[in-house]
Amino acid sequence: MKQKVTGIVTAQKEIAPSIFDLWIKTDLAKDVKPGQFAGVFTKDKSALLPRPISICEVNADRTELRIVYRIAGQGTKEFSGWQAGEEVQILGILGNGFPLEKGKGKKVFLMGGGIGIPPMLELAKELSADASGAEIQCVMGYRDAKTFLKKDLEQYGKVYVATEDGSVGTKGNVMDAIRENGITADVIFACGPMPMLRAIKAYAQEQGIPAYISLEEHMACGVGACLGCVVKTKEVDHHSHVHNARICTDGPVFEAGEVEI
Amino acid sequence: MSGNNQNLNLTTGANAESWAPDLRTSIAGVEFQNPVMTASGTFGSGMEYGEFVDLNRLGAVVTKGVANVPWPGNPTPRVAEVYGGMLNAIGLQNPGIDVFMERDIPFLKQYEKTKIIVNVCGKSVQDYVDVVERLGEEPAVALLEINVSCPNVKEGAIAFGQKADALYNITSELKKHAKQPIMMKLSPNVTDITEMARAAEAAGADALSLINTITGMKIDIHRRKFAIANKTGGMSGPAIKPIAVRMVYQVAQAVKLPILGMGGIATAEDAIEFILAGASAISVGAMNFVNPYATVEILEGIEAYMRQYHVEKLSDLIGAVN
Repeated sequence: MKQKVTGIVTAQKEIAPSIFDLWIKTDLAKDVKPGQFAGVFTKDKSALLPRPISICEVNADRTELRIVYRIAGQGTKEFSGWQAGEEVQILGILGNGFPLEKGKGKKVFLMGGGIGIPPMLELAKELSADASGAEIQCVMGYRDAKTFLKKDLEQYGKVYVATEDGSVGTKGNVMDAIRENGITADVIFACGPMPMLRAIKAYAQEQGIPAYISLEEHMACGVGACLGCVVKTKEVDHHSHVHNARICTDGPVFEAGEVEI
Repeated sequence: MSGNNQNLNLTTGANAESWAPDLRTSIAGVEFQNPVMTASGTFGSGMEYGEFVDLNRLGAVVTKGVANVPWPGNPTPRVAEVYGGMLNAIGLQNPGIDVFMERDIPFLKQYEKTKIIVNVCGKSVQDYVDVVERLGEEPAVALLEINVSCPNVKEGAIAFGQKADALYNITSELKKHAKQPIMMKLSPNVTDITEMARAAEAAGADALSLINTITGMKIDIHRRKFAIANKTGGMSGPAIKPIAVRMVYQVAQAVKLPILGMGGIATAEDAIEFILAGASAISVGAMNFVNPYATVEILEGIEAYMRQYHVEKLSDLIGAVN
């Protein structure tokens, strides 16, 4: 059930320039699936709408959510100042997340670009914990040597890195890293900027493999009512009866072939 | 508030809990259990918010606008936050009247205490007529809100709501076809809203709802692009409330029609301002996105206010500012 609740900040630190790692104690952590997100509210009453932020991880006893976000505006700037013990308002849990079952027992690529990397952590964790034994290959794209969450991901699978400046791993993007390392997969899970997702969609079609991509759009309600955050779909959508699906409730994860990006 | 009511409450003051204010209200002969409704486009057909609030507690659900055929709406980004509010240019995306009749109406009918108000949109008078006639087949629909004020679509909608003669014509045409009472939703993007209100009244409208969103713009200075793909969007949220209260008051002074008031209502105090200004009922819009429990909290707050000031009936508050 979706709820707006009060959570309590338990820890926060900056893990790369303008990238913050925030833990919040909340009952919403109980039922989180990888790739789902929460709406985080500012305390500034002039900034009303919840900020949609993907869940990076849930702690072992499922009482805390970890979100890793980049300062993108006044709302996230405020979040970055939150201290342990502070009460915060969250709407969740939102969206459907990644279809974990599609990766079970398979050779998978978990591909993250920039601030699209965080949701891949809980996915890597849950896939590696599954008895089916998926082969997890994380391919992560960063700007530079500040490779946040890399060590966390290495607990669950092999990590390949691409950096824009070439300081770590392959110089270039995640697609360059795949080619340079000569790696392949049966299925892709990805989150990142639109040019990266477009390249992954094309690659998956070429390889004839499914790619589950997590999309982002400006949102208002986060619960499917306002129709603000739509993506064009290949087929007529079951809810809208036009070629538009709601990213917040029908996504944020879509099979790449289903959406026009 | 009459002196008699105050005396009544004083005598029952020792047993205040046994006394409940009468929250019922009516618009164009339709009775509602209370004045709290939802602003069209912010609440879908209630399905999404049914997870947060008991829809049976609302006076009415006012649905997202529905047209004769499915509309795809505008490109994204469709929404942007602004100081104390938001802009939207959804473009009236809707599944069309066929799907609406098969899916949304049966869903809403489950909530027997809550009335159904359907927002109707179109690109031509005939589009509106088609939808109004289809809705006439459904007795569970209590009232039609005619959207002649959406600022985000190129054809229809606001073209009928910014000129008094166009508003007069569409209102009188729809009156010929509508089985339910019709409530014209007015745009604030006009020089004199009372002129529009008078035109609608003269054409036979049964009620008015106001205000729709105020046209605005936001520019992303880093990308040097419009924050909304449509360039302009309709502004809603608490920042527009004083404008909306003023317009409700002006319209209430200008015409005799009942008014559904809205525009930035966030709290019960806000809602009561609209009622005192002359609204018979109020709609909660953008605040649903901020607080999904807002409708029910506002209802409870209105009731608490009535207890505090010993207001026996909601109708004693309507237009009671002096």
